[in-house]
Amino acid sequence: MGMPGRKVFISGDEAVAEAVRLARPNVISAYPITPQTVTVERISEFVEDGSLKAEYLHVESEHSAMSAALGAAAVGARTFTATSSQGLLYMAETLPYVSGARFPIVMMNANRTLATPWALLSDHRDSLSQLDSGWIQVYCENAQEAMDMIIQAYRIAEDPRVMTPFMVNLDGFILTHTYEMVDLPAQENVDRFLPPYRTANRMDLDDPKTVCYAALDDYMEFHLKQELDMRKVPGVIEEVELEFKGIFGRSYGGLVEKYCCEDAEAVLMTLGSVTGTARAVVDAMRMEGKMVGLAKIRFMRPFPAAEIAGIAGNTKAMGILDRDLSVGYEGIVFTNARSAVCEIESPPRMINFIGGLGGRNISKEDMRQIFDQLMQAARGEQGERVRFVNARCE
Amino acid sequence: MDEKMVTNAGDLTNTEFFYGHRACAGCGGSLALRLAMKVLGPRIFVAIPANCMSATSFLYPQVSFSVNAMISPFPATGAVLSGIEAGARALGIRDHHVVGFAGDGGTADIGIQALSGAIDRGDRIIYVCYDNEAYMNTGIQKSGLTPYGSRTTTTPAGKNIPGAVGRKKDMFGIVAAHGIKYAATASIGYPEDYLRKISKAAMCKTTSYIHVLAPCSTGWGFPAEETVDIGREAVDCGLWYLAEYEKGDFILNRKPKEFSSISEYLKRQARFRHLGEKEIEEITVGRDEKWKKIMKNWRV
Repeated sequence: MGMPGRKVFISGDEAVAEAVRLARPNVISAYPITPQTVTVERISEFVEDGSLKAEYLHVESEHSAMSAALGAAAVGARTFTATSSQGLLYMAETLPYVSGARFPIVMMNANRTLATPWALLSDHRDSLSQLDSGWIQVYCENAQEAMDMIIQAYRIAEDPRVMTPFMVNLDGFILTHTYEMVDLPAQENVDRFLPPYRTANRMDLDDPKTVCYAALDDYMEFHLKQELDMRKVPGVIEEVELEFKGIFGRSYGGLVEKYCCEDAEAVLMTLGSVTGTARAVVDAMRMEGKMVGLAKIRFMRPFPAAEIAGIAGNTKAMGILDRDLSVGYEGIVFTNARSAVCEIESPPRMINFIGGLGGRNISKEDMRQIFDQLMQAARGEQGERVRFVNARCE
Repeated sequence: MDEKMVTNAGDLTNTEFFYGHRACAGCGGSLALRLAMKVLGPRIFVAIPANCMSATSFLYPQVSFSVNAMISPFPATGAVLSGIEAGARALGIRDHHVVGFAGDGGTADIGIQALSGAIDRGDRIIYVCYDNEAYMNTGIQKSGLTPYGSRTTTTPAGKNIPGAVGRKKDMFGIVAAHGIKYAATASIGYPEDYLRKISKAAMCKTTSYIHVLAPCSTGWGFPAEETVDIGREAVDCGLWYLAEYEKGDFILNRKPKEFSSISEYLKRQARFRHLGEKEIEEITVGRDEKWKKIMKNWRV
């Protein structure tokens, strides 16, 4: 352990901004969108007061935000951008550009639903729509995790084995605008953990190169190389988390954080901030002797298929709480998780709970009902595969 | 970097920075790139969005650049250029130029927002629009810079519609309205004028914009060896003009004593060959209106 951190009372947006300052990016390009705005406002202030020595580009759209980051990364700059919701979709074209060109750009996405109906509050429809963009995706439970993951994101993304962009997701308003006590790491510790970015994958006046090129017959190999390198990411995450813990004293359980799963008859899987509610309900139900467990899926890409299959093999019922819905089928996390589980010998009964769309609250009571349904399924009761949580229609 | 004005072929380096590409014979766009890079190179970062030049020059492993180059997302040339420059600034990279080459659609249509943003920021970048007056790479479809009467694959000329019916967007005026420090129009038919303007752009400390007319033998329908001549005639007949916008003033660089025949210019090109007297008259009226304004408002 190095220098101790400093306790600060800040919002999730501010925690991200502080983490960005600590990570010392060279270029920030961002376009404002609620509820990401506080992050870019704080970063602008850091650039103004000189505490962050970086170029801040005021771009005219999210598409240009990522394109400018692409240009900056192409000369070897460490870059940051932040967006949300419609903004993420507006920049969607550029995401595979970045991942295909193997530029380790880090982006914060404040999870917010998609229009229409136009809405400001949080669900995961935005980022889950970009699962196939070739980016690493992590979902955070609180401001501390968001801060720590921004710092870790640069280490993981810039690792020569990885060279893949990284999207750090945190729930809009629930995390971005809620104040928490956060441990702010000391700069010297972050500098030790995260050295300056050096890469050969850049345009260079002394050794000119073409980057972001075109390929015909070689396209498939380029794309498969992304996949092969993405498969190395879980190992890198583990290494980086171990080192992070050594310096900062915190760790988050790798790809999936398990809570009371060992002897659980029913396990619920969640993403993001709703995990806190689920954890409280698991605690209460365990007090009543009910064998429930919880798994927080932290990374959606690379997808923790082995970890999820491992949990599934050890329980009778498994629920996936999706704060999204692929209309015409089921929740996106569920589709991914069930694909991981279907290979095991005696899969548990799997139920997809769709809830919290457009920011609708998922209360402890809702959560208890979810666990009750899972316990019933564990006892062999049949029912719908896809169930809506606290919805005024069936 | 030692900046000196390049005003004729004798000033140009023999080194090639852009070669071996697969563009059509007689391609005006590739000439625009090659000449500009000879003025600017070798310490340059080039960004090119989707267009004929990127499609014919970035094919791994036979890329056609001896300088740094990258493909930009189609709508985002201005933003990518800004990003490169900001990255270079932040990393202490000095004595370089950042230049983009976007086509007419990539500039006036899908790329206009990012271009506007770049000019607004004023980053030190050179934005070259090579204008061949349609989406040529995708098979000759109408763009915002396709002139009236032009036959394209999305503005077929028939009994009811005489090809493209809009007028060419005034990109030069649009860029100038941003209060840009330096903007110019050019034609590859007048290479000395174009070289001089690229040189001037290279000396700018902020965003500069060069709009160069680059005839397309394939899309316009003329023999490949006539590209430069067509580029010259477009200026001589008054349908294009050589001008600069500098320190708030529009300056006309070349005033034809007498316009050459619009009809001759049009008839040389398959894309206009269907036009009748009525349409040619409309084109002539449009030219005369434009020149009336030029003569009234610009420094000549």
